[in-house]
Amino acid sequence: MKREVPLFITAAAGLLIILSFFVPHQIVSVPADFLQQTALILRAFGFVLGGVNVLLVNFDAIYKRQPGWIYKVVLVASLIATVVIGAVEGRGFLNPGTRSKWIYDNLYANMSATMFALLAFFIASAAFRAFRIRTLEAGLLAVAAIIVMLGRVPLSNLLTAWLPEWARLQALQEWILNVPQNASKRAILMGAALGVMATGLRVILGIERTYLSGEE
Amino acid sequence: MTFLEKLDRRWIFLAVGLLVLLPLLFPLALPLFVTPPVAAFVKAVDSIPDGSKVLMSCDYDPASIPEMVPMTRTALRHLLDKRCKLVITVLWTGGPGLVDRVVRQIIEKEYPDRKYGVDFVNLGYKAGDEAVMLAMGQGIVNTFPRDYQGNDTRSMPIMNGVRDYSSFPMLVNISAGYPGTKEWVQQVQARFHLPMVAGVTAVSAPEYYPYLQSHQLLGLLGGMAGAAEYEKARNEKGSATRGMDAQSLAHYFVALCILLGNLVQWTKSRRTVA
Amino acid sequence: MPPLGACPRAQSAHGPRADRTRARFRQGLLSFALAVVPVAALAAALLAIAPAAALSDAPLPPSGLTWRDVPNDAGRAIALEWKASPADSSHPVTAYFVERATAPGGPWTLVDSVAAETHQKTDQGVRRDTQYYYRVTALGPGGVTPALSVTGPVVARSEWFNSTRWSVLVTTAMFFAFVLYFISQAQAGKKPFVRRIPGIDAIEEAVGRATEMGRPVLFIPGIRDINDIQTVAGLVILESVARLTAKYETPIAVPVSYPIPFTIAEEMVKSGYLHAGRPDQYDPSSVRFISPEQFAYVAAVTGIIMRDRPAAHIFMGSFYAESLLLAETGFATGAIQVAGTANIPQLPFFVVACDYTLIGEELYAASAYLSGEPKLVGSLKGGDLLKVVAIVVIVIGCALETAHIHWLAQWMVPR
Repeated sequence: MKREVPLFITAAAGLLIILSFFVPHQIVSVPADFLQQTALILRAFGFVLGGVNVLLVNFDAIYKRQPGWIYKVVLVASLIATVVIGAVEGRGFLNPGTRSKWIYDNLYANMSATMFALLAFFIASAAFRAFRIRTLEAGLLAVAAIIVMLGRVPLSNLLTAWLPEWARLQALQEWILNVPQNASKRAILMGAALGVMATGLRVILGIERTYLSGEE
Repeated sequence: MTFLEKLDRRWIFLAVGLLVLLPLLFPLALPLFVTPPVAAFVKAVDSIPDGSKVLMSCDYDPASIPEMVPMTRTALRHLLDKRCKLVITVLWTGGPGLVDRVVRQIIEKEYPDRKYGVDFVNLGYKAGDEAVMLAMGQGIVNTFPRDYQGNDTRSMPIMNGVRDYSSFPMLVNISAGYPGTKEWVQQVQARFHLPMVAGVTAVSAPEYYPYLQSHQLLGLLGGMAGAAEYEKARNEKGSATRGMDAQSLAHYFVALCILLGNLVQWTKSRRTVA
Repeated sequence: MPPLGACPRAQSAHGPRADRTRARFRQGLLSFALAVVPVAALAAALLAIAPAAALSDAPLPPSGLTWRDVPNDAGRAIALEWKASPADSSHPVTAYFVERATAPGGPWTLVDSVAAETHQKTDQGVRRDTQYYYRVTALGPGGVTPALSVTGPVVARSEWFNSTRWSVLVTTAMFFAFVLYFISQAQAGKKPFVRRIPGIDAIEEAVGRATEMGRPVLFIPGIRDINDIQTVAGLVILESVARLTAKYETPIAVPVSYPIPFTIAEEMVKSGYLHAGRPDQYDPSSVRFISPEQFAYVAAVTGIIMRDRPAAHIFMGSFYAESLLLAETGFATGAIQVAGTANIPQLPFFVVACDYTLIGEELYAASAYLSGEPKLVGSLKGGDLLKVVAIVVIVIGCALETAHIHWLAQWMVPR
C-alpha cells in the first residue's frame, strides 16, 4: 500500500489534467482547476520546508565548527534578519523606503547582477581554451558562431557597410538564425517534447517509480 | 606562441574587463540598424488600439538588468505614449521590486499624470509558474486578489472589466528564462490565442525564432542588441544603445579568442608531429 | 380709436376715481395679454417642434440580434452579433450597449458597451443551462434608442469534447498505443535495441575516477523545480549514481535548489544505497537544500567545488545561465565532467566545458538506458516510432501547403 497509494494518486491526477485539455465540461474542468490551485499552494508551502533545512544544516555546521563556519553564521544571520524585517514591515514590505526594499536594491540586486556578469569572463576563457576545430563539423560550427556573434553587434554594420546587403554580416547572421538554426532547433524541440511526453507518461502510468524509495 | 599556450586565463579576464569598461566611459557611437524581428515588434505594439488595457509580464530578476530593463523602459514608453493602461505581472520571485522601481521611475518622471490603480497596476509575484498562467485564464482578479503592495485589486478602476486574457488585445512579455516566453506561448498563446510579443535574453533568442516564423510571436527583441534596435526604432538613446559599443568589442574579442586558441592548438600539434 | 379702457357708457355709480382705476386695470391686463400671449404661443410652437427635432438626431435602432453558444467551453459564454443601426450624419451612433436579463421584460443588466464600429460581443459572464434574453441599444449624441425587439431565450451549454483538439488526441492516443505495444513486446522478451550513449557510459567512469582519487562525486539535478520533467529525469539518474557511489564507497554531494526536489533527492540517494545493499553508509547530510535563487545557488555550488574539490561532476537536468559558471569552475579544478540537459541554449557551454554531454532527449532516455528495464526501454521505442510518424506528417504537410491545400495544417492546430 505504501507504494500503491502514491502511484494511484499520481495516475489519477495526471490523467485528470490530461483529460481536462480535451474535455471542457465542468465535471472535468472544475476538479482540474482545483488541482492546479492546490499545486500552487503546495509549491509555496515547500519553501517553508526548504528554509527549515537551510537552518538545520547550517546550525549543525556552526555547532560542529566545520571549516568555513563563520560564513555560515553570516548566512544564517542574513536569512533570519531578512525574514524578520520583511515580516515586521508587513504587506507592503517592498514598497519604496522600506528596509526590505533597501536590502533588495542594495544587496540582492547588485550581488545577483555581479554573479551574472562573471559569465562574460568565463565565455572568453572557455572560447580560448576549449573551442577546438578538430573536424569539419566543428569548423562549420566555428564559422557560424563567429558570423552570428559578429553580426549581432553594430561594429559589423560599420565594417561591412560597403558590401552588398545580402553579404553583410547582419544579413548573414539573420539567415543563419532563420533557416538552418531554426530547422535544427525545431527538430531538437520536437524530440525533446516527445522525450517529455515519454517521461511524463512513464511517471503517470507508474512505469517509472524510482522516486518512491523502499523495497521493489 | 609558447606564451599563448601557457597564458593565465586572468589575462583574458583583464582584457575582457577593459574592453567592456572603456567604451562605456568613452562611447564609440556605432551605427545601429533595425532587424526584421525588432521591426515586427514595433509594428505589433503600434497596432494596439490607443487607450487599451495591455497585459505586460516582466519575468526577470536583477541578474538580467542590462538586457531586460532597457527593453522594459522602451516598451513602457511605447505603450504609455499610446495612452494604454498597463496590467503588470512578474512571475519571478526576485523580480517584483526591480520591475516596480523601473515602472515608477518611468512614470513618475515622464508621465506624471498617470495614476496607480487607474492607469497602471503592478500585480506582483505569485508562486506557481505555468499554473499561474493557466489560473489567469480563468480569472485575473481571482488569481491576483491583491497587488504587489497588498491593495485589493477588485476595487481598482483599472481592473474594471478585466476578466481574463480576452480583456487584453496583446501580451507584452519581457523574460529572462523560466518561467517566461516559452511558457507564455505554450500555455497562453496556444490555448487562449492572445497576440503576443516578447523580449528575451540574447542566449535564448534563437530558441524563439520558430515561434516568430509561425506567428505565435508577432515580434521579438533579442538581448541588449534587440533592446538597442528598439531604442533606435523609437528614436531613443537609452542604456542599451550605450552598451552596444562595449558588446561589440567584447564579441570581437571572443571571436579572436576562438581563432587564437585554435592557432595555438594547431602550432602545438605541428610541433608535436615534427 | 378711443383709448383703451375708455368707455362711452355713462359713469358708474362708484365715482370717477373707481372708474379710472378699473380703466387702468383693464389697460394693464390687455397689455399683459398682448405681451405674454405671443411669447406663450411661440413657446408652445417650440415645444411642439422640439421633440421632433430630438427624435430625428437619435440613432436608428439596431436589428437582427443573433446569438450562438460559444463551442468547446464549459457553458460560460454566448457570442452575440447584430446588424448595425443605419447611421448617417443626422443619426450618428457612438456606441452600442448590450444588456441581458433572465426574463423578456427585464430587469436588464448591462453586459458591456462596444464602439460603434463593433457589431459583436461575447458575453462571458453567463451561467450554464440558464435562460437569458438579450437586447442591444444604440447610443448617439441625439440620445438613446432601444432595440426593436428582445432576443431569447438563449442558453449556454457545456461541451463534452473540444472538437478543435482532435489532432492532439489522435497523437496522444497513438503515442500511448505505441508505448504500451513496445512495453508488452519487451516484457514478452523482445527487448528493442538502444544505441550506445557515451555520456551515460561515462558516468560509471567518472565515479570510478573519483573513487581512485579519494574525492567525492558532485551531482546536480538541475536548478528547476519538480514540475520540470528534466528535474524528474535528473533525479532518476541520481538513484543510479547513488547506487554506484554506494558500491564504490565514494561520498556523494547533492546540492538541490528547490524544496520538493530536495525531498525526492534524499529518497533517491537513500534508495540507491538501499538497492546497493549499503543502507548503513547513507549520509543524510549528503543532500542539501541551497536556494531557489539562481545565482545564490551557483555561488554556493562553486564554493563547494572550490573547497571540497570533487573529482567527478555530474550535471543532469535543467540549466540556464549558470551552466558555464559551473562547468568552467569545475574544469579549473581538474574534475571529470558529464552533463545532460534539454535546454538548447546551454548545450554549447556544456559541450565546450565538459567531457561528455547528453543532448536533449538522451537525458530522458538515461533512466531507461541505465536500468535496462524492459518497460522503460519499450517506452523509448514508442517515442521513436511517434517521431517517425511526425516526420511523415511534416513531409506530407509541407507538400500540401505548397499546393495551397490547408486542411491538414488547420486540423493540426488546436484552438
